[in-house]
Amino acid sequence: MTSSIAIPAGMPQYDDVPRFDTAAVRADFPILDREVNGHPLVYLDSANTSHKPRQVLDVLTEHYARHNANVSRSVHTLGTEATEAYEDARAKIAAFVHAPGVDEVVFTKNSTEAINIVAYAFSNASLRADADPRFRLGPGDEIVISEMEHHSNIVPWQLLAERTGATLRWFPVTDGGRLDESGLDDLVTERTKIVSLVHTSNILGTVNATGRITERVRQVGALLLLDCSQSVPHQPIDVVDLDADFIVFTGHKMCGPTGIGVLWGRGELLAAMPPVLGGGSMIETVTMARTTFAAPPARFEAGTPPIAEAVALGAAVDYLTGVGMRAIQWHEKELTAYALDALATVPGLRIFGPSVPVGRGGTISFALGDVHPHDVGQVLDSLGVQVRVGHHCAKPVCTRFGVPAMTRASFYLYTTTAEIDALVAGLEQVRKVFA
Amino acid sequence: MQLDSLYQEIILDHYKHPHGRGLRDAADPAARVGEAHHVNPTCGDEITVRVATDGTVFTDISYDGMGCSISQASASILHELLRGRAAADAAVVHEAFVELMSGRGQVTPDEDVLGDGVAFAGVARYPARVKCALLSWMAFKDAAARAGVRVGPEAKTNHQYSAAASQAGAGRSEGAA
Repeated sequence: MTSSIAIPAGMPQYDDVPRFDTAAVRADFPILDREVNGHPLVYLDSANTSHKPRQVLDVLTEHYARHNANVSRSVHTLGTEATEAYEDARAKIAAFVHAPGVDEVVFTKNSTEAINIVAYAFSNASLRADADPRFRLGPGDEIVISEMEHHSNIVPWQLLAERTGATLRWFPVTDGGRLDESGLDDLVTERTKIVSLVHTSNILGTVNATGRITERVRQVGALLLLDCSQSVPHQPIDVVDLDADFIVFTGHKMCGPTGIGVLWGRGELLAAMPPVLGGGSMIETVTMARTTFAAPPARFEAGTPPIAEAVALGAAVDYLTGVGMRAIQWHEKELTAYALDALATVPGLRIFGPSVPVGRGGTISFALGDVHPHDVGQVLDSLGVQVRVGHHCAKPVCTRFGVPAMTRASFYLYTTTAEIDALVAGLEQVRKVFA
Repeated sequence: MQLDSLYQEIILDHYKHPHGRGLRDAADPAARVGEAHHVNPTCGDEITVRVATDGTVFTDISYDGMGCSISQASASILHELLRGRAAADAAVVHEAFVELMSGRGQVTPDEDVLGDGVAFAGVARYPARVKCALLSWMAFKDAAARAGVRVGPEAKTNHQYSAAASQAGAGRSEGAA
């Protein structure tokens, strides 16, 4: 056959995909130079926490070295600089997720705290007859999550259901590791007050298509929270496009420091939410008898916040934007396709979650025959390969697939195909030890 | 290779060919029986240990569980070392094993006391794996206590707040979550 296929004009071409120089990116991450157990570091645990580029570390140091002061309370120069840096970071993060308003970004400690703020706002509203009815829960009301959730998106809702008498329900997961939406209309009903779902699974790698669910949530008048801890770091996110009411994510998984996370909420909803933590900065006026509260985001940021961490998260967002989120997403898609093919060559290896690089991110969990993940992880570590083993704080997912634990490899912008080769070679070594 | 100190041949052998595995009823219906189920919340490893005793001797120690090579081999070795032992002897072995595992690799084990248990000397150098090695030993201690036999000093009780909605149910867990 010599005939060629003419590609119609206007079709997207391979070269149209935004790309970046992986080697140049890797040079920004000082930790990638180090060795582990006499081998070059092969870090395949970015879903757990990502590494930080020099650009972020420099901002963190620079903040403490040059601009350190408390925020939102000082008239002096340092206080003004710190406050400006903190609020600039908020604006950068708002732009990063395409939030319509900067004040819709609430700084938290992490995703877990962000989810808990929403859960406790429900709890507090449920105690007051004059609270916004959208946040009031009682017997007969329902909270909907899924079997795919991280513990941080299960436990706060179990506790909330317990406090209010509401019922907790959940979407099952299919054998292929997708959300089972077949019972959507029975699961999300007029009784549903909030649906809280993971956007990208931290264990199966599944990227949930939320369109149908959102539509149903709107139909019944419930609220929608998306846990974007594993999606904001890896793909462009537009909260308006997602049509969510709340999203949460955490800084340390997106090249930022630990101790800083984000709750984004629709402005009108945040304004209707009662406060959760009480203290300095979240007030309007205080008398000995009672207090009135500041508008969001301050209402939800009691006490001195993690200032330097927020500023450094702003730097992380700048860094990621500089590389390009579309490019990062594409890089990880290629890595995932490569890894799925490479892992398929390992005898006895079983992948949990989608087996094709469509609707899934670069987080791949697997079992290697009967070898326990702890043992897999230990042998890989002896070769410098860092993977996560265990139940990944998502025990119901492990139960769903009938295993006590899994081994997980997860990728990021600095991951290379050579590192995936090192993983596959390491798995051969595991098979030898436990043959 | 460094890994050899962790995965000693003895450990792998006990893992692949566990001794005395499977929960058994006591042969003597008059025996006092105690059972304990422990889980390692960080990795999901589980073990159930059952002891049968006449009050002075552990006439049987049976177990079942799932987990990594270290935790399962450790249970097999526990069975080998302590079954048929007088409670006082068992306490000495138990204490020596716990001391070895808590020693960060600085403790030289006594083979006369620990038998195959000396193979775990290398595990003590891997802090992340010490809990795996101790899982069955802590379950054994609880099981013995439930059968009315104390092995070693009183364990610190681990009061866990258990939410009704939580998926606990698997019994008490070892260590903090």
